[in-house]
Amino acid sequence: MATQTAEPTRRDMLYIATGAAAAVATGAAVWPFIAQMNPDASTLALSSTELDIGAIPEGQIVTVKWRGKPVFVRHRTKKEIDEAEQVPLAQLPDPATDQSRVKKPEWLVVIGVCTHLGCIPLGHQGPYDGWFCPCHGSVYDTSGRIRQGPAPRNLDVPDYAFLTDTKIKIG
Amino acid sequence: MSGPSTYVPKSAIGRWFESRLPVMGLVHSSFVAYPTPKNLNYWWTFGAILSFMLGAQIVTGVVLAMHYTPNTGLAFDSVEQIMRDVNWGWLLRYLHSNGASMFFLAVYVHIARGMYYGSYKAPREVLWLLGVVIFLLMMATAFMGYVLPWGQMSFWGATVITNLFSAIPLVGDTITTWLWGGYSVDNPTLNRFFSLHYLLPFMIAGVVVLHVWALHVVGQNNPAGVEIKDVEKDSVPFTPYATLKDSVGISAFLILYCWFVFFVPNYLGDPDNYINANPLQTPAHIVPEWYFLPFYAILRAIPSKLGGVIFMFGAIVMLVLLPWLDTSRVRSAVYRPVYKVLFWCFIACVIGLGYLGSQPPEGGAVLAARILTAFYFIYFLVLLPLLGLFETPRPVPASIADSVLEGGAAEPGRA
Amino acid sequence: MLSRTSLGVIAAAFFGAVLIGAPAIAADEAPAASAHEAPIPPRNDWSFAGFFGKYDQEQLQRGFQVFREVCSNCHSAKHLAFRNLADPGGPQFSEAQVKALAAQYKIKDGPNDAGDMFERPGRPSDYWPWNFANDNAARTANGGGLPPDMSVLAKARGVKRGFPWFIFEALPGVAYQEQGADYIVALMNGYRDNAPAGEKLDGAQNWNDYFPSHKILMPKPLSDGQITYADGAPQTAKQYSQDVAAFLMWMAEPKLDQRKKTGFRVLFVLFILTGLLYATKKRLWSNVAH
Repeated sequence: MATQTAEPTRRDMLYIATGAAAAVATGAAVWPFIAQMNPDASTLALSSTELDIGAIPEGQIVTVKWRGKPVFVRHRTKKEIDEAEQVPLAQLPDPATDQSRVKKPEWLVVIGVCTHLGCIPLGHQGPYDGWFCPCHGSVYDTSGRIRQGPAPRNLDVPDYAFLTDTKIKIG
Repeated sequence: MSGPSTYVPKSAIGRWFESRLPVMGLVHSSFVAYPTPKNLNYWWTFGAILSFMLGAQIVTGVVLAMHYTPNTGLAFDSVEQIMRDVNWGWLLRYLHSNGASMFFLAVYVHIARGMYYGSYKAPREVLWLLGVVIFLLMMATAFMGYVLPWGQMSFWGATVITNLFSAIPLVGDTITTWLWGGYSVDNPTLNRFFSLHYLLPFMIAGVVVLHVWALHVVGQNNPAGVEIKDVEKDSVPFTPYATLKDSVGISAFLILYCWFVFFVPNYLGDPDNYINANPLQTPAHIVPEWYFLPFYAILRAIPSKLGGVIFMFGAIVMLVLLPWLDTSRVRSAVYRPVYKVLFWCFIACVIGLGYLGSQPPEGGAVLAARILTAFYFIYFLVLLPLLGLFETPRPVPASIADSVLEGGAAEPGRA
Repeated sequence: MLSRTSLGVIAAAFFGAVLIGAPAIAADEAPAASAHEAPIPPRNDWSFAGFFGKYDQEQLQRGFQVFREVCSNCHSAKHLAFRNLADPGGPQFSEAQVKALAAQYKIKDGPNDAGDMFERPGRPSDYWPWNFANDNAARTANGGGLPPDMSVLAKARGVKRGFPWFIFEALPGVAYQEQGADYIVALMNGYRDNAPAGEKLDGAQNWNDYFPSHKILMPKPLSDGQITYADGAPQTAKQYSQDVAAFLMWMAEPKLDQRKKTGFRVLFVLFILTGLLYATKKRLWSNVAH
């Protein structure tokens, strides 16, 4: 293949250099127009929320807003914990132990967005007394795991930490 | 845009598509094969520079609109948020605010070039009139855009300019109230200005298409002011010759633009616009952006409210009438010795008006503005019509090729 | 017919007379008007001026101290978030310092579940709190005057030098955008103990050479030795005023460092691109007489 290639002339080199410089300049100029749509500095700075959980009675679910989405904080009863822990993993569409989804068994913290198409499931509803999504009928159990319906995954668990026994920081 | 094309695509798919929608042929005949006078100088690249600036303003503007809030309580703060928090927001905003100035700088050069070389004369009157329409739309767009940051100059500029309409007899106050959507410049005004500021550039783009269409029907004027007679001898194909030369012009213009954006971004703005709008306090000196100053000077030179408004709009009516006011049969100032001097007097007059527009309207500044306003109108209404009758032009070359052989005219910016 | 040269001379004389002569006549008519004009503030030697200028981090930290201990008692800074103090190109305190600083301030938040507003310690994402509930409260506490918000103050106080000198402030090499910071320094040091003869001050007014009307409600804010610097910089009013002016400039234009750095690269690329395009164009047109 090399036999046919003529020596590039100085004219070709000039055209190639000009074209390349124009391409590089255009490429660099495009970046700010794309990057501007990423979260801005003030949004990034607001990425954590603190919540006092001391006042949440057993059996109740509290919804807090974090990064524009609801987070369910559920103070689980003994019965709910037992149900969640005793389910054989083989029965689960998205197998995960309850222990892997909580930091303390009484407290379940999940992002309240159905993994199907983003609706917000209703608490204390459905056959497993977990959550039921009104949009397309996905059913979650008391560990927020998908049990029936079209959703592909369990409810996501956000990053969170217990600051004290009664205070958590999400994000 | 200049009639049916002889363009035939090389690929079968291209031919299939072309026989159903001949868009490639249109592009080819308008921007590739289109014959361009070979003697154009760099002043002619300002058309391409303006197209580029329109595109740049639309792109930066659409992006800024993703972050801006058209509400009197939030507008100023949302602009500051763009400057501080949005990724590259400071760059996008400075590009847009300085871009407006660069757009006007380029359009003034473009208009002056048209005047110098007689580009408005038959058969290019419609082309020229479409240009005046673009200029008017640009002024409306720039004015409303300047209101959006909701600083002190935004607010008081909007108040002063919208109040011009109250000078109209009988219905003036009704019109002003209608423009405002209230009894003063307030939230409804800001919100509608934002809507229109977003709309108008697309209308400009539409008229630009007509402007380019008209240009390609009648062909470009050139420094010699004679038409293309022999395509082979007088012209070169638009691509690559004109496209490459235009690229040099755009790239050089970008250096100027970027100098302002990155190193003196607030030079062309007014410090008072970094103060949130306050309807209860007028700044000491209300000054419009520099590109409106000549018109502002004419407005203030006339000692009557209605008269000032009439003369200010009359200044633009002069541009509309220009093709019929200039009676000379020779187009280019190169071959019109007296017109050439008058033209530069006119430029000096407009720059002088611009300076006076920036000064407080006191004493001698008012007198000077009146003299220059008088000159502005006398230039169009008296000097130009008479000059065509009395001036003895130099002999005009027979063709563009002849003009080139003669070494062209002693032109600024030739290359 | 007149020759072109003589026409040009006549035209130049005409425009010269109109532009210089007429205002000169007017200046004779109204000489008193300029007596009240504040002088143009003298320039300072700013680290952030010029083509390669950038903020001096230590100066910004000192300036922040002045702002915090003096200015912020009355002035707001709505657009300054605590987190900004750790941003690159700024005072660049550490994240931990900013967190600790924010926690020293009480931020109003709420409503809580009971519907009440409450106060909590500040976080880095909070904005700089103001001592007054609203503008009217600030006016009442400050002798009727509203201390202006300081977020973009340094850009809002730019003083133009007037035609034709201001033209040069756009040109490479002599470009100057720091008039606002100069004004702040001049204002801080422009106080006089007494108004000049013939001028009367009302109530809380003070005389300042650089304030546009000279009669300013803000009392002289900075005096020698008022603030204790940890880094050994001179503890003079002059130094304080320059430091706080630099800080205010940063607050008004926090992306200046990034802007100039990016601009340098952009211009570099554009010069090369323009040169290459010009050379290409030259070569392409070399076979066309034009």
